[in-house]
Order: sequence, then C-alpha cells, then structure tokens
Amino acid sequence: MLYLSAFHHSRCYTLVRIALKQGIPIVKTLAADSVQKTEQGRVVNDFSIQVATVNGSGSQSSNNVLMRTIFQMGIPVSGKNLFPSNIAGLPTWFTIRVNKDGYIARKAETNILVAMNPQTAFEDVKALKPGAICISPVELKLNEVRSDIKHYQVPFTELAAKATETIKLRKLLTNMIYVGVVAELLNLDEKEIEKAVAGQFPGKAKVVPLNVNAINIGREWTRENLKKDDPYFIERMDKTAGKIIIDGNAAAALGSLFAGVTVVAWYPITPSSSLCETLIDYLHEYRVDENGKNTFAVVQAEDELAAVGMALGAGWAGARSMTSTSGPGISLMAEFVGFGYFTEIPTVIFDVQRVGPSTGMPTRTSQADLFSTYMLSHGDTKHIVLLPGSVAECFEFAGAAFDLAERFQTPVFVLTDLDLGMNNWMSDPFAYPTKPLDRGKVLNAEQLDKVGEFARYKDVDGDGIPYRTLPGTNHHLAPYFVRGSGHTEKATYTEKPEDYKNLMDRLERKFQTARKFVPQPEVHTEPKAKVGIIAFGSTHFAVYESRDQLKAANIPTSYYRVRALPFTEDLRKFVEAHDRVYVVEQNRDAQLRDLITLELPDMATKLHSIRHYTGLPVDAQFVTDEILKQEKK
Amino acid sequence: MVQTPSNPAQSTNRIGLTLADYKGAPSTLCDGCGHDAITSQIIKAFYELGIEPHQVAKLSGIGCSSKTPAYFLNRAHGFNSVHGRMPSVATGANMANKDLLLIGVSGDGDTASIGLGQFCHLVRRNLPMIYIVENNGVYGLTKGQFSATADIGSKAKGGKLNEYQPIDLCGLAIELGCGFVGRSFAGDPKQLMALLKAAASHKGTAVLDVISPCVTFNNHEGSTKSYKYAKEMETPLHELGYIPFYEQITVDYDPGSVQDVELHDGSHLRLKKLGKEYDPRNREMAMSTMLKAAEEKQFLTGLLFIDEKKPDFVNMMDLIEEPLSSLPESRTRPSKEALDKIMAELM
Ligand SMILES: Cc1ncc(C[n+]2csc(CCOP(=O)(O)OP(=O)(O)O)c2C)c(N)n1
Ligand code: SF4
Repeated sequence: MLYLSAFHHSRCYTLVRIALKQGIPIVKTLAADSVQKTEQGRVVNDFSIQVATVNGSGSQSSNNVLMRTIFQMGIPVSGKNLFPSNIAGLPTWFTIRVNKDGYIARKAETNILVAMNPQTAFEDVKALKPGAICISPVELKLNEVRSDIKHYQVPFTELAAKATETIKLRKLLTNMIYVGVVAELLNLDEKEIEKAVAGQFPGKAKVVPLNVNAINIGREWTRENLKKDDPYFIERMDKTAGKIIIDGNAAAALGSLFAGVTVVAWYPITPSSSLCETLIDYLHEYRVDENGKNTFAVVQAEDELAAVGMALGAGWAGARSMTSTSGPGISLMAEFVGFGYFTEIPTVIFDVQRVGPSTGMPTRTSQADLFSTYMLSHGDTKHIVLLPGSVAECFEFAGAAFDLAERFQTPVFVLTDLDLGMNNWMSDPFAYPTKPLDRGKVLNAEQLDKVGEFARYKDVDGDGIPYRTLPGTNHHLAPYFVRGSGHTEKATYTEKPEDYKNLMDRLERKFQTARKFVPQPEVHTEPKAKVGIIAFGSTHFAVYESRDQLKAANIPTSYYRVRALPFTEDLRKFVEAHDRVYVVEQNRDAQLRDLITLELPDMATKLHSIRHYTGLPVDAQFVTDEILKQEKK
Repeated sequence: MVQTPSNPAQSTNRIGLTLADYKGAPSTLCDGCGHDAITSQIIKAFYELGIEPHQVAKLSGIGCSSKTPAYFLNRAHGFNSVHGRMPSVATGANMANKDLLLIGVSGDGDTASIGLGQFCHLVRRNLPMIYIVENNGVYGLTKGQFSATADIGSKAKGGKLNEYQPIDLCGLAIELGCGFVGRSFAGDPKQLMALLKAAASHKGTAVLDVISPCVTFNNHEGSTKSYKYAKEMETPLHELGYIPFYEQITVDYDPGSVQDVELHDGSHLRLKKLGKEYDPRNREMAMSTMLKAAEEKQFLTGLLFIDEKKPDFVNMMDLIEEPLSSLPESRTRPSKEALDKIMAELM
C-alpha cells in the first residue's frame, strides 16, 4: 500500500503510464529506483516543497532559510519563486526542490505543501496528488477539502503570539514558525538552521535570535503535538560542499564586474532590474580606487532608448559598456541597436526575458525574444546573441559578451530569462577568467604612426573586422565620423550602390567570422541514439533530467545545446546524425526551430518542436511526455 | 602670467593651428541656410579659443542641422546619431571619457519633438556640453512640416497656420535648472560668437537656442523664424563680450552698465547692459522677462540665465582622474581574491 502510494506520486508516474500504454518496456532501474526511495516507507532527499504565501508578507526570508538549511546539509536544492506582478497582497509560491541526484529544474508536482495563503489554499490543496502532505493553519480546515492527503494542521496564530508580543512582527514570525514545523517533520539540523538564519540577516544581531526562537516554537509544538506520518525525510549528504547558490542576474552582474565593465546605463524592468542593482553594489565594493574615486560610471537612464544610446556612446568612446533590460525594453532599443550594428559600435545588452507584450506577465518566464534580439532593428541587421544555460554561464558569457562586442565592434546580446535570472540555482563556484580582456582592434596614436594610414571601415585582415580609433586620440589620422547614413571605407558619406553593397557584404563577412568566436555548443552524443534534442538557455536542466527519464524508457538521446547565435558549423552534423531532432524551447512559435530551419532548410522535416509557453519554467516530465508522445506517432 | 590674446587675423592660434584646421567638409545645405552661418561661428570660436580639435567630440541627431558637425572640425571625432537621441550618446561618451569637450548640434524638431525627453534629462543631469539648437521652426530635412517651436499663428510655406503653443526651449531649460541658457540669431555673428565661447568654458550643460532661418521652407512672409522677422523683432538683452582666461581683464569705468560673469576656467563673459537692468543670475527675472517678451512677440537674445556654480554630471559621478576608457585591465578587473571572497559568501 505504502509502496503504491509513493509510486503513485513519484515523478516517474506519468512516464510509466505512457510507457505502459505504448508497450514500451519499463526498464528495471526505474522501478528499482522507486522501490529504493520508499524503502521502509521513506522518501529520502527527493521531493519538492511548495510554500504558498501572500506577496509582501516577508516569506522570502523564511523560504531562503529553509532552502539554505537543506543545502548546508549537503543535499542539492533549487528554489523557484513564483510571484505576481504586485508589491503586496497577491498570492506567491516558492518551491524548493530537494533532489539527491542533483536535478535542479522545476518539478511540476508538489509533495509538501505549506498552505499559508487563505486566498489560494483551496486551489493549492486541490492541485496536490494523493499522498502528498499539506501543512496549514488549523482555521483553514483544509482537511475538509481533501481526505486523500496527509494534513498537518498548526495553530499558527497562537504560536506567533507566543513568539512575540509585537503585533507587527507576528506576520513575519509566522513564516519562521512554518520553517520550524517543516524542520521538525523533515528532521533538519538545528545548528544548520541557526547558521542559515544568521546568513539571512547578516549584521543584524538582534533579529537572529528572534527568528531562531520562532523556529523553535514551531519545532517544539510539532514535536509535542504532531505524529509524523509521511514518507519524506532529509538525511545529510555531501553533495553541496564547495557549491554556491546564486541567481542568474547576480551571476551576470559578477561576470560583468570581472569583465571590467566601466559604463552601465539601465532602466528598471522586471526581471532584469536586479542585474544592474547587484552590479552597482559590487562596483561600489570592488571598483573604488585607493582615493575613494570610482573606476566606473552608472546611470539610471530615463528610458531604454536613452540607456542603449548611452551604452553606445560609451562604447564608441572606448569604454566597456552595457545595459540590461527585458523584452519591452528591447523593442524600444531597436533603432539604436540597428544603428550600432551598422556603425560598428561595441556594447553589451542583457535581455532577461519575460512574457510579453508590454505589460505581459512580467513575473513569468519565457524564451520568446530569440527572433527579436537576433534580428533586432530595421533593414539588414543581425546580431551575436549569447545563450547561457546556467548561472555559471551567466557569469562566463557576460565576460565573453564584452570580449566579443569589442572584438567584433558590434552590440552583443546576452539572452537569459526570469527563471535563470531571478531564481536561485546551485552551482560550482565561478572560475576566475584566465584570458586577458580582448579589447579588439583599436589603434592608438603610436600605432597610427606606424601604419601610416587608417580607414575606419576597411577590411584590412580579411575577417570583416575593421580597425577603429577612439575619440580623444591625438593623431591627425584618428578622427572619423560615425554616421548611420551610407559610408565609405573612410567613413565619409556615400550613396553609391557599390559602396553600400560592399559595406553590407563586409558586415556579413564579419558575422561569419563570429561563428568561430562565439561560445561553441555543448554536445553529448549517445552512440546509438536516433533521437536528438536541441535546446538553449534555461531549459537545459529540464532537458538534462528528461534525457535520463527517456533513457530509462529506452530512448537514448543525443543533446546539442546551442550556446550562441550565429550557429556554429557543427549544427548540420548533429542534425544529420539523427533521425528525429526535438527542439525544446519556451515560446509558442518555435523560434529556435525556425532559425535552425533557416540555417539548414534541407533538414526541415527532421526538426520537431517541443514548446512550453505557460509562463512557468519547463519541467523534465513535460519534455519527456512530449517526446514520448511524438515518438509514438 | 598674461598671455597674448588670440587673433583671427594671425595665421595661427595659440596652439599653432590655422583656421583651416577647424574647418570641416563643404556644406551640402541650401545656400543661405542659417545653419551654415552658425557653423562658421563654431569654427571661428574654437579656433580663437585654441581648443585642441582631437579633444572635441561633435555630436548630433538627425535633420539638416544635425548634418552640420560634418562641416566643422574635421580633426575632431564626430557622431551623427539617431533622431532626437544625441543627448544619450553624449552622456555615454562623457561617462567613458570625461576629458572630451562635447559639442552637440540639434534641430528644433530633433530636440523639441522626438528628443524632448532626452533633452530634459541631459539638462537635468547637467552633462558638461555645448548644446546648440538650430531653431528654424520647421523640419527642414523632411520638407517643411511645423516643429514644436513654431510660434502660434505662424504660417507655413504652403499657407497653413500653426495653431499650437510653441515650446520655448530656453524657458524649459531654465525651468529644468540649466546653468547656462543663451539665445541668439544666426544673423548676429558677434553675439553668437561670444555666447559660443562662453558656452565652451562653462562647466555643465550650456544650451544655446539659435534662431536659424530655413531659407527653403521658413523664410517667407508670415513666418516668425525668417531672417527678416528675426532681425526686426530681436531685442538683445545686453552686448556680449567674451574674455578668455589668458587675456587680461580691463576695468570698465562705467559702473552699473557692465557685468562680468566669471566662468569656471577663469574666463569672463562681459555683459554690457542696454537699457533695463537684467541680471542673468536671477532665475525669476529670466523667466518673467522671457514671458513678457513672448507676449510682445519679441525674442530676446543674449545670455538669459547663468549659474556657474552648479555641480555637473562628472562631479556627481565621483570619477577618477583618468578617463575610464583609458583604464588598463589591472584597474578594471578585480583580483582573483575578490572573486574567491564573493564565492565564499555564496556558499
Ligand atoms: C525615428 C525617425 N523618425 C523620423 C525621421 C525623419 N526625420 C528626419 S529629420 C526630421 C526632422 C528634422 O527637423 P529639425 O530637427 O528641426 O532639423 P532641421 O532639418 O529643420 O534642421 C525628421 C522627422 C527620422 N530620421 N527618424
Ligand atoms: S531645408 Fe532649410 S534647414 Fe535644411 S538646409 Fe535647406 S535651408 Fe537649411
């Protein structure tokens, strides 16, 4: 019976059901795994906790404490905050996935629900699978809603009153009480909790004991009043030693910091704001010289048009410049970006994607700006777009973006999304960059003296990349005129057909050169795989996990993770080598699939699309189910 | 030490360059366009001041006026940006290299319509630059549509009447707290020259609104931005003389009629008042005088407002001495220890 219920709500359930329907033999490892997990009725280190609260209630701290504690106990975790576009009052959910195997993608199914929000409690409980557990305030009477789940009902109001006499603090401490309840039920280490609380409130000596006390009140009450009757347990592991937890925006901010960014112009927009906000904090900490003067300049611009204009002005004048935004900002930047492409000015533009249009769903994730960034602007334009798939790559590609922007003298996009940018991810620590900054082909006065000539837009080296000089260079050859109009190699005005065509051809040549310099794809080939998967960005961890699920269902897959546009040359080889290639992405219109089709028109019929566009991050099970469905056809 | 003043009659200026060194490509604007008159004064002013051309960055938006940076200072870097958004490019350039002397040329369409937001924010940030609006009341390059500075009741070439209230860019600049606001007329080279020179010495945004008749689309009967109308309706606030810091200041013995404004580099703008008392440091007076003039359909020229003490954008950013663009990797990439420390905090 126990075996059955645990099996029932394991994440493999759908997979097995489909496998059975299709007559695909269920592989032993899968079943064995499930049995092992439920050994003596225990599911250890493999479940997800969802905390439903009200936006603005301060639950973020408690959720972090919970996640951090598990992480400190050596167990891989990931945290996802599903929040509304609102400051206070609307429902918000925080999901902690605990996974001994290190899978960190979203898990669609909730095993432990902490239902603190009366507004959504009913729906939240209804969404659970039988056998899940629900921790809730007694007065919500959620036990009356579902009898097929395990209820732990807690008198939170009463306990909060015990934790503090200050009414104002009660709401906040209620959150810590649920931490205590969960901690007792899962058997979390008290010392680690205290450490996590201290880490959550650095430098606030008074706050720490207050919170720890609230946690203990929850814990003690649980010990005395509840009888644990569920299979979920946390046991220490050693899989997180030396790992960090960080969100993608902070990672990209660090990448920019260590790329030596000097000029930052930005305009607030969810989910990108924290990128520049974090960067500003780091800049003030690490980039003020011994005299207290800044080696950087930051401006909060009046809008995105100005932000990108400033970034281009700074790039032109020789700074490593950047801006960050999301889709609506990207569209406003369109004219300037085309101008930057045509006049060949370096800058870096981070696009932390969200669901559009304009207001759209600003707090939901999406990968739908692929077309709009790749070909942003009017006329013939296309851009280098970097596609990090992890927080480590957010760090690494931020650095690469500045190098590429200056090497190729062009705006370079880094495309992340809300899931990657704003959620917490476990990662190996970032490696200190080993390569010196690539400042590209810039001629100073001395070099101009040596070469004796300079034409701003001349292809001297045959790679399509011209040389440039910076304003302020004291040499009679240095000055040139940046113009969006037709220009000759010497940057003078022209409307001659052949001049324009030559310029466009050289820009194309430059773009072709970029194929060799952009981050190359990550390719995993399975010797006998007939099925290939192509994905990019934040879907990576879901695909990674899905491949294991597919393998368990006897469908070995190869994997090609696109890490930049333009595509690199081995894309064709990968598609050719497989019978069917599934392109996984988080947009409605199969943008990546279409771009691959443009690149390899003769391969079009091999390309199949897996698209997830609900605004929530894709989960492994979805990918697996979709591929199984299409494989069956 | 008193240096000899530069003299355009001499073949070289104080840094040994000739007037030709300050010229640009031949103009492709209509013959007689007011913009060309302004270009000539820019060339002369920079020559006479002995400014290093390579330290100058000339920027513009889009329009006939915005083409003019190609026609002066060939030896300076130039940037013809997108319509109305030169201020942001200038801001970025200044952030990257605060040693550049920025001169921006824009049109009234460029600044008062599509670029109004960026103009306001440029002024608000007090970006150190000379910002010239070549104001002809129309869109030249797109063939004669009214701009937002066209006076109410003025006539377009085709006879259409403008029914909308004009935006007074000088009034707006003063309102926004601009530290240097002047207005002039392309047909008044002497005054324009003094204002240009003073603007070049001002620390912070120096806005110069210059009525610059469009001979092709706005120089007819009924236009309030024509040469004829401007000449007739112009009321100079004062006679202006500019004295560079390396020139000795002589004493004027007519108290009450002369006022010296000292600019940040020690140079002076000498205002010789004609008629009524006008104190360009008095913001209230500036506003009321301008409003009154507008009611009387006159346009005032001269230095409308000055506040030499306002902190500029560069001060506020608290930057190191060297331009950011010149910093080597060792000063922009933090150490491995810094990264290790940050990583440890995230564990
Ligand atoms: C985004 C954009 N919209 C419209 C135009 C077309 N356009 C070019 S110049 C111009 C008006 C220029 O007027 P003004 O700034 O007064 O300059 P003038 O030509 O009168 O000197 C317009 C609307 C453009 N270049 N870009
Ligand atoms: S159209 Fe008007 S503004 Fe343009 S160049 Fe001719 S006269 Fe000057």
